[in-house]
Amino acid sequence: MKQKQSKGSLILTIFFILLSLVWLFPIYEVVINSLKGNDAVRLFPFAFPNADTFVGFANYYKGMTFGNYPFLNSVFYSVVITVFSVALILLCCSMAGWYIARVQSKMSKLFYYLCLFSMIVPFQMVMFTLTSTADELHLDTPWTIPIIYLGFGAGLAIFMFVGFVKGLPLEIEEAAAIDGCGPLQTFFLVVVPMLKPTLISVGILELMWVWNDYLLPYLVLDITEYRTIPIHVQYLKGSYGTVDLGATMAIIMMAIIPIIIIYLFCQKHIIKGVAAGAVKG
Amino acid sequence: MAKKPDPAGLNSRLLRKPIQRFGWLFLLPTFIAFCIGFIWPFMQGIYLSFCKFNVPSDAKFIGWENYVKVFKDAGFMNAFKNTTVFAVASIILINVVAFMLAYALTQKMRFANIFRTVFFMPNLIGGVVLGYIWSLIFDGILAAYSTYLTADPTYGMVGLVILVAWQQIGYMMIIYIAGLQAVPEDMLEAAKIDGATGRQTLLRVIIPNVMPSITICTFLTLTNSFKLFDQNLALTGGMPSLMIDGAKINTTELLALNIYSTYNISKNYHGVAQAKAVIFFLLVAVLAIAQQTLTKRKEVQQ
Repeated sequence: MKQKQSKGSLILTIFFILLSLVWLFPIYEVVINSLKGNDAVRLFPFAFPNADTFVGFANYYKGMTFGNYPFLNSVFYSVVITVFSVALILLCCSMAGWYIARVQSKMSKLFYYLCLFSMIVPFQMVMFTLTSTADELHLDTPWTIPIIYLGFGAGLAIFMFVGFVKGLPLEIEEAAAIDGCGPLQTFFLVVVPMLKPTLISVGILELMWVWNDYLLPYLVLDITEYRTIPIHVQYLKGSYGTVDLGATMAIIMMAIIPIIIIYLFCQKHIIKGVAAGAVKG
Repeated sequence: MAKKPDPAGLNSRLLRKPIQRFGWLFLLPTFIAFCIGFIWPFMQGIYLSFCKFNVPSDAKFIGWENYVKVFKDAGFMNAFKNTTVFAVASIILINVVAFMLAYALTQKMRFANIFRTVFFMPNLIGGVVLGYIWSLIFDGILAAYSTYLTADPTYGMVGLVILVAWQQIGYMMIIYIAGLQAVPEDMLEAAKIDGATGRQTLLRVIIPNVMPSITICTFLTLTNSFKLFDQNLALTGGMPSLMIDGAKINTTELLALNIYSTYNISKNYHGVAQAKAVIFFLLVAVLAIAQQTLTKRKEVQQ
């Protein structure tokens, strides 16, 4: 019995190993091409670097200043925008979600339904008007753009928090209230610890969105001054044909390596977060 | 008179009053941001679609004129056709492959965790970066046939389906795995005892049980493919641009990119672009709601 099983599963395992290699091929492409000179990338994009084409880490040095914008600045702004946006969304939306779930007033219900509605509105619907609103309110810097992310990202986050809070037993919070906790203490000391799995799920979904988002920061920010990593990469693409492909591959490499490392360390949370987010959504 | 009892017990009087007094702190910040980031731009967007404008402050009401222009716009119609074909192709491809991978990975396979890690990985990389990587790969392959990615609209569209499938299969696979793991063990056991074949078990037991996952995944792939922008922009940017019946058309443009490029033609097109955006929103909303009611009904039946 055991042997019969293992023959079929061996073939399947081999098939999956091959499939995984195919899956990783684009990333392998970036790695090998980031070590080759421009002409070699253009002419033989699939060749492994050899003695003639190998340039070591020259592309990485060049990539730092390549594209008329310092790469590390775009990394810095990407980190600032992502960290502040996700933190703001988690803090504000968990508070609002708890309020909506516990105070069933007309106002809170209306807000909740507007949030659900916002989830099906594509960004293109609001992109021009959102951009002009952000300009008028001077929200066009990396330090203030998190407010916009909070506004446009509130829908999903509130939906998930409300769904989760409704599943929490009321008695715990009531006991806290009887023991003399005010709403603030009840929320931060009693509710937040119970919300931890949802905070992680929402955090991961919002993080993947904000970090990779191109259009919103491109439209809202003054891009001569502030660029995020996706904007930086798209600008290199703009001059395709004259651009140094080796250096570009090095930039892409530097852009994706941190993400992949974080992913490998937190994949359990990420995968759980995605699955939980989908069940709620 | 007593109020109706609250069946879920969510509305605790003990909690409600004190929380309500802190409403300004709990609700207000998010509500203000939501107004800035969504409600106001949304309402202004609907109004401006009936206007001629350069910036919102100089808007002049012109009625349905923008909408008439949209329906005469060959580029928009072509983008609509592209989006439909693209959506159908990617929804089928992504869901079928993701389900098969999830099914195989839940069969006590060796290294299943590593495979899962690998298949999910492309999701972490942004659409713009992926577009760049894949354009290099496609150009490299097509160079062997002495052509290139933006030489023929078919290359660009097929390329886009491959890129998006590669990116999203892992995501949907995770959702299917969660669904498959939730299929009750005793049901599978019962099917086995009753002598069901593997295929019967799959069709009669497993698929009905993972119907909620199928609803979610088709919903996500449907809305994702209609809203797709970054990958489209970075892979082909809508190129090649061809003259068809006297109109210049970006042949690989999807709807979202078409709206964006319309806005950038000139200030005379701002109103038209906004009208396109409203139509686009209605289309996505109707599709999303229709899909939800359709597959939800299936779920209830099972």
